[in-house]
Amino acid sequence: MGLDTIGVTYPTVPVQISGQAGQQPGPGLAFASMEQLLAALELDKYEGQLVEELRLTRRDPIPDPSLWVIEEQVPVGFAEYAKNPVGNLVTWARRSSVWPLAFGLACCVFEMFSAALSRWDISRFGMEVFRASPRQADLMIVSGTVTWKMAPVVKQVYDQMCEPKWVISMGSCANSGGPWASGYSTVPGVNRIIPVDVYVPGCPPRPDALLYGILMLHAKMKKEANRKRLPSVHV
Amino acid sequence: MTLRTDPVTINFGPHHPSTHGVFQMRITADGEVITNLEPVMGYLHRGCEKLSEGRTYTQVVPLTDRLDYLSPMSNNVACVQAAERLGDIPVPERAEYIRVIMAELQRLANHCAMTGFLLNDLGTFFTPFHYTMREREKILDLFEMTCGTRVTVSYMRPGGVLQDLPEEFMPRLRALLDEMPHRIDDYETLITQNEIVLVRTKGVGVMSKELAIAAGCSGPMLRGSGVKWDIRKNDAYSIYDRFQFDIPVGTNGDVYDRYLVRIREMRQSVRILEQAYRDIPQGEVRTRLPLFFRLPSGEAYGRIEAPKGELGFYLVSDGGIAPYRMHVRSPSFINLGVLRDLTVGYTVADAVITLGSVDIVLGEVDR
Amino acid sequence: MTLLLNADEVAPRLRDRYPDAVLEAKGSSLLVRRERLVEVARFLRDTDGLDFDYPAMVTAVDRWDYFDVVYYLNSLTRNHSLYLKTRAYGRELPVVPSLVGVWRGCDFQEREVYDLMGIRFEGHPNLKRILLWEGFEGHPLRKDFIG
Repeated sequence: MGLDTIGVTYPTVPVQISGQAGQQPGPGLAFASMEQLLAALELDKYEGQLVEELRLTRRDPIPDPSLWVIEEQVPVGFAEYAKNPVGNLVTWARRSSVWPLAFGLACCVFEMFSAALSRWDISRFGMEVFRASPRQADLMIVSGTVTWKMAPVVKQVYDQMCEPKWVISMGSCANSGGPWASGYSTVPGVNRIIPVDVYVPGCPPRPDALLYGILMLHAKMKKEANRKRLPSVHV
Repeated sequence: MTLRTDPVTINFGPHHPSTHGVFQMRITADGEVITNLEPVMGYLHRGCEKLSEGRTYTQVVPLTDRLDYLSPMSNNVACVQAAERLGDIPVPERAEYIRVIMAELQRLANHCAMTGFLLNDLGTFFTPFHYTMREREKILDLFEMTCGTRVTVSYMRPGGVLQDLPEEFMPRLRALLDEMPHRIDDYETLITQNEIVLVRTKGVGVMSKELAIAAGCSGPMLRGSGVKWDIRKNDAYSIYDRFQFDIPVGTNGDVYDRYLVRIREMRQSVRILEQAYRDIPQGEVRTRLPLFFRLPSGEAYGRIEAPKGELGFYLVSDGGIAPYRMHVRSPSFINLGVLRDLTVGYTVADAVITLGSVDIVLGEVDR
Repeated sequence: MTLLLNADEVAPRLRDRYPDAVLEAKGSSLLVRRERLVEVARFLRDTDGLDFDYPAMVTAVDRWDYFDVVYYLNSLTRNHSLYLKTRAYGRELPVVPSLVGVWRGCDFQEREVYDLMGIRFEGHPNLKRILLWEGFEGHPLRKDFIG
């Protein structure tokens, strides 16, 4: 439900910065000089423009980049290996070391970290290397609520990742907005912003559920070795 | 000859491993030294206060789980306490004890995670985190057997708790209580006198007593600066007046003192848990209330000493089944107000550990 | 236990100093005229015996006709507390004076109230949105907001 569809205009109280350029701002709070303060306000306005742009354009979900996996495991017989040995080998190598991005948004991030602990031990799948830089990561686990203010950042981080890249949407908030879906500041599903490969339900999902989602992603990658992957970069 | 220098602006976050979530610090640095820092937040603003206006008092509780997602039990206690104060709802004795047990377990879990994160910020990427999270997992197991989930518990209800403790809870709690002091000893052996930790944290992020009070800081931030203020003692809610425990305070108000306060608080929490384990009575755990109960019109402020500081819920009722207005006084949000004072003049690397010592959780900062 | 002060006890002391400041003293909440808010706050902070040095909470409530701005004040030395309230009128541009100069802790909280409730705090040095983004239309915690 967008604001423009209702036809209500809201009063917005204007920003008030007491003081002029060159003057010392009030009792020594956020800034040393008025110029810095006004520059920060300009930056905020620019950021706000990016947010509003996304909010007005991203109304519908982006189609998922590849086919749904119906079977739990996708068997690849010898015949298929023989048809495309290099592709299957490359996929096997990729599948065995998917490096996730250390990208925490909200509550789910602790279940994601728990999956990395010795109890669940994500390193069984060659995934213990959580990378802070998106340029070194293959998999983005969107773990938590995506708000409209965060949406441009999510998009930017996704764009910075190198192909091939995958996205797991972890938890109800990232899937559909979760308990905040009716709120005014939440994106109703991260698939408005970036294409998603695997959705893991739960609020938050247990680490086991996340590991199952990762296995599903592996199955998907296996399946994609012999099929053409739809382009995942979107607008 | 003088070298001309320009200030550099560094954008820390919102996606950065050491900002503890989606928090941004706009740092202006002169060389390595910070000259200005602006905290930018709101990347996780989910509108909790607005959403609660359309829900009944019981339905508000699940929203509070997701505020400070490192300590959902404490959030639940604070929320239902405000409703109970407004409606004069009695809480059975056993339920009060269960609440104390849960809140103190939560404090242990939170401080474990916080210690791991602080060391993460100091540069030991994820190794100490594995040790501290090991104990947190044991506490989460207790929560799971009590209410079915690990993180978003929704265990408290106005007038008591959801259900009684399962049979196997008490033996498991006993085992944890026997083990926990040794684990805290382990942390102290590894961290407290560690030379690198001392060099990095002593005299960094110093906050004076006066600033801490005037800025409304609470929790270990306030006590680290030497103010003996703990809501469990000074504004004893629930049944905290029955327990013997001390309030650890720091002296210098630096990062190291805040760490020490937290470690000592963990020992005190174990002490409280021992007493609660000893004294917990049998009986009812919940006052029977109608499904949609109404609270009289008025206002109430319920506050507790959450692991991060004073967590308050300000409830305004108009006599209906839902709150007219609910405001969350979140400790990390207000503790962040002094971040600029704590970091200006120090290096960029110090800003990271100072932020780590403030112990923020963005779900609570942004709500 | 923190003693919740009775506003009736505080009001006479205030009336001696600022005769027109107190509008209403009910229970433990003290409603003051907004023009006098800063003076009253300074009085509460500095007067011996009151010593409200710790601003625990700042928030606002939309009452349709007016906005209640609520300050929950504490004294760490004397361990007592009080609700200080004032009213802002008008839905277009409700204004109250800022208390940042009195208590540092009001800084972020007043920005939050401005952001979500749309009350302008006159004299706040950096009053801009803190949780929502610049360019967001309206203020969500108002009762007439549909979003």
